[in-house]
Amino acid sequence: MEFGVVVEYFPRLLEGMLTTIELVLVSGLIGSLLALPIGLARHSHRWWLKAIPYGYIFFFRGTPLLVQIFLVYYGLAQFDAVKESALWPYLKEPYWCAIIAFSLNTAAYTAEILRGALGAIPKGEIEAARSIGMRQSKLYSRIMLPRAFGMLLPAYGNEIILMLKGSALASTITLLDLTGTARTIIARTYTPIEIFLAAGGLYLVMSMAVIYAFRQLEKRQNRHLQLSR
Amino acid sequence: MFDIRGFGDQLWAGTQVTIELALASLLLGLVLGLLGATARLSGNRIARSISVAYTTVIRGIPELLTVLIIYFGATTALMSVAGLFGYEEYIEVGPFAAGVVALGLTFGAYASEVFRGAIQAIPPGQREAGLAIGMSKLKIFWRITLPQLWRLALPGLGNLFLVLLKDTALVSVVGLSDIMLKTRDAVNYTKEPFLFYMAAACIYLTLTIISMLFIHFMEKRNNRWVGRA
Repeated sequence: MEFGVVVEYFPRLLEGMLTTIELVLVSGLIGSLLALPIGLARHSHRWWLKAIPYGYIFFFRGTPLLVQIFLVYYGLAQFDAVKESALWPYLKEPYWCAIIAFSLNTAAYTAEILRGALGAIPKGEIEAARSIGMRQSKLYSRIMLPRAFGMLLPAYGNEIILMLKGSALASTITLLDLTGTARTIIARTYTPIEIFLAAGGLYLVMSMAVIYAFRQLEKRQNRHLQLSR
Repeated sequence: MFDIRGFGDQLWAGTQVTIELALASLLLGLVLGLLGATARLSGNRIARSISVAYTTVIRGIPELLTVLIIYFGATTALMSVAGLFGYEEYIEVGPFAAGVVALGLTFGAYASEVFRGAIQAIPPGQREAGLAIGMSKLKIFWRITLPQLWRLALPGLGNLFLVLLKDTALVSVVGLSDIMLKTRDAVNYTKEPFLFYMAAACIYLTLTIISMLFIHFMEKRNNRWVGRA
């Protein structure tokens, strides 16, 4: 094993790492925006409102991410209507296909996390809000959502790490993220172990950073709970 | 059987490969997980830090990267070991074996945390009682810890198996003829990507539902002697 190649190609790997971070941030943002209505609908008591998010979540959690990416990237091109639509310039780009697949996927997981957090809010807090005459919309914006946000942070941090690891699949549709860059370097240098280990190290660093960031965020969000002890 | 454009047999063959891969990885993963958990809880400092390093590294890097590292690394590693014994022929590690090792390692890392929690959930009094009547440590593990471990760890392991089932799709990237690769063959031939990737998604969903039913059945069976509060 010679780790000289790692030093030589390290700047390229860092470039790939930036793409990975960008993919995770953009799809994480879109995914969490999508997850809000889906999670709220999933939490509802009306069965017809619950049914659609249930099906959505079940599909995206029950099939591999790889299938979902291929469905968007290769699958949509089967339909002429898609090819002729105004969105086609975006839908033929692997970058946007990856973003779409990751966003839809993480939205499903995040919605389920949100539902869990909404269900875990102590009943008394909701009753208290109702008893002082808060309307449903105010109840959600002032009590339930801020409370749920503090509770879902640990689970959401895990979901971000899962998405970070899932983003490696972008390399299967020719995108040059960290894994994709590593694979192109290897195609030239024939040093798979060295380069893949270096890429693995960089992923590890990113995971650690996410864990640390969420621990800080959690501390901040739940600071009112710590003071009372 | 269903026959989509004459590719039903091919997809069924791929499904069998996927199931075999999942079960083989499960077996390896359970062994690794149990070893990891016992190492983590043992008094030996070296064993403990190896276990911590193993779970941290594996859980921090993408599954796809693990598959790639094992697939490309195993050949090199095996050949250098064989070279020490004077064997210079080319040794090839197939995608199935590499997949079992990679997915087994991943499952084991997560499972060791599940097992650790389960072992800690067994009241220490039971182990002390075993010591008091003169059982050896191995006998305590075999007769007291292990029989209860299964019941306590099953819910966590069930979730991990569902994740493992979806991760098997990654091994198609290094050329295993599983559902994904058979689907790709069908897509190349028929030019109907959406139809076939949707079919693949449905196969994975079916496998997930069957696994969920089986896990549910096992949990019920496991808890048949446990009184409800």
